[in-house]
Amino acid sequence: MNIPQKPLEIKKYFSIGLFLTILFASGWFTDFSLTEVFRGIGETREILSKMFLHTDLGYVKNLLGPLAETIQMSLIGTAIGAVTAVPVAVFSARNFIKHKLFTGFWRNFLGVFRTIPALVFAAIFASVFGLNSFSGMLALSVFTFGLLAKLIYEAMEGIDHGAVEALEASGASQLSILRYAFIPQILPQYLSFILYAFEINIRSASILGYVGAGGIGVFYQRNLSFFRYERIGTIVILTFVVVLITDAVSAKIREKLV
Amino acid sequence: MVEIKNLTKIYPNGVKALEDVSLTIKEGEFVAIIGLSGAGKSTLLRMINKMIEPTSGDVLINGQSIVAARGKKLRRMRRDIGMIFQSFNLVKRSKVLTNVLAGRIAYHNPFITTLGLFPERDKQIAFEALHRVNILEKAYNRADELSGGQMQRVAIARSLAQEPKILLADEPVASLDPITTIQVMNDLRRINRDLKLTTLVNLHHVDLALKYAHRVIGLQAGHLVFDGPTSEVDDEVLRQIYGRELLDEEVLGEVDEEVLGDADDIEI
Ligand SMILES: Nc1ncnc2c1ncn2[C@@H]1O[C@H](COP(=O)(O)OP(=O)(O)O)[C@@H](O)[C@H]1O
Ligand SMILES: [Mg+2]
Repeated sequence: MNIPQKPLEIKKYFSIGLFLTILFASGWFTDFSLTEVFRGIGETREILSKMFLHTDLGYVKNLLGPLAETIQMSLIGTAIGAVTAVPVAVFSARNFIKHKLFTGFWRNFLGVFRTIPALVFAAIFASVFGLNSFSGMLALSVFTFGLLAKLIYEAMEGIDHGAVEALEASGASQLSILRYAFIPQILPQYLSFILYAFEINIRSASILGYVGAGGIGVFYQRNLSFFRYERIGTIVILTFVVVLITDAVSAKIREKLV
Repeated sequence: MVEIKNLTKIYPNGVKALEDVSLTIKEGEFVAIIGLSGAGKSTLLRMINKMIEPTSGDVLINGQSIVAARGKKLRRMRRDIGMIFQSFNLVKRSKVLTNVLAGRIAYHNPFITTLGLFPERDKQIAFEALHRVNILEKAYNRADELSGGQMQRVAIARSLAQEPKILLADEPVASLDPITTIQVMNDLRRINRDLKLTTLVNLHHVDLALKYAHRVIGLQAGHLVFDGPTSEVDDEVLRQIYGRELLDEEVLGEVDEEVLGDADDIEI
């Protein structure tokens, strides 16, 4: 009987070694020290107790306006991103457009968008359009655009190609093939992606205010600079509740879609 | 009329799938193309509607070269050629009626059909096509609710909605069980007879070819080795096409036609 030899697990050992090296190196470079951590614990406990044991619940009424603004930013940002993502996704799908150079160009274009976090977009737009929720909304639009365009073209490339072939053989034009073979097959996924983007955007929108781009994050930043942790607690809890509700509703709808 | 002239296909990887094949298909003929897997049957069929581009040679559809046609002209020529596939190629999430109406798309401005607007006459054509393959009652079902045999009938209805002059079928019954195989073959034969629709079918089962076709074309490793009326196909011819005795799986065998119920008795 020829029992196959166990392969050398060089790769695994190498990975572990690499991981440990990186861990120690980063500790070294960031002046990590355990005594600092223990000193910090006391302070952290104090902050946490202010935030969650002495929460300023009355502060909620001041937050309703900014909260509405946050949701509005997310909704509009998601909508703009979802609409603008479609044409670029279509230009990027290799089973729809056969010119590799053309699709490659748009894929790289999208790649650039996805390497930049929403917060950075927000900071850029805030410096151009001012410290307001319009900048935040633009940042979310651009972020959503980059995210959804990739998800959509990947969904397009994953469709059953049979229907495309059948339509092409019947003399249908490219536009008709898009409409009658691609769209029906990816529509449920597309709607699901939009909801997913909205879930992410609600989270992002809550902190965009930190760089001045409107919404509840502005109050977060403001209270933090005055060490008003009992109010920070209120903001964190309220944001958490909104995120939970959004996720729950979105999950329910997405379940129905598939 | 389909005139195939010195048709050759060499794939980019160097495979010579078809070599110097010439034949003429007359209007209204029911032609079966047989041969081993890999003999070049699909390649030949798909060059007739230019889904595969020939390396050399020409295909004339009623005197016009489809090989030379491109863009709008090509789409216009394809509109007259229906095609059905082994895997049905329906949009499974769409309704049966929507799938059949898809056969009408090439008749209209894409901007109008994009809105989902089809003239009332098109719906009439779609219903008639569904009626012809006995599946009208499923018009408002989603395609993925149907069985394989029903899906293939919807696919046939979609081709018929094109009001084609030629029908190409690439192993249309290869994914079906013996009983639905007979039903679908009966449908194809009946449509060929009633509409005088020129029909070319790639078939894996030799006995189906002999039972349904007027004429048999035998391919062997990309070469045309037989072309003649079904009555002339004998054991010697089959040995030539297959290079060996037939395997059991290349013969469908007897199907108890009693169980077929309303399948009409067809005469060839
Ligand atoms: N797209 C392709 N690229 C390369 N070779 C192919 C391609 N399609 C088919 N072939 C080869 O061409 C030959 C004929 O294939 P095909 O026409 O599909 O035969 P059949 O339909 O009779 O089984 C086979 O050897 C097959 O492997
Ligand atoms: Mg084949």
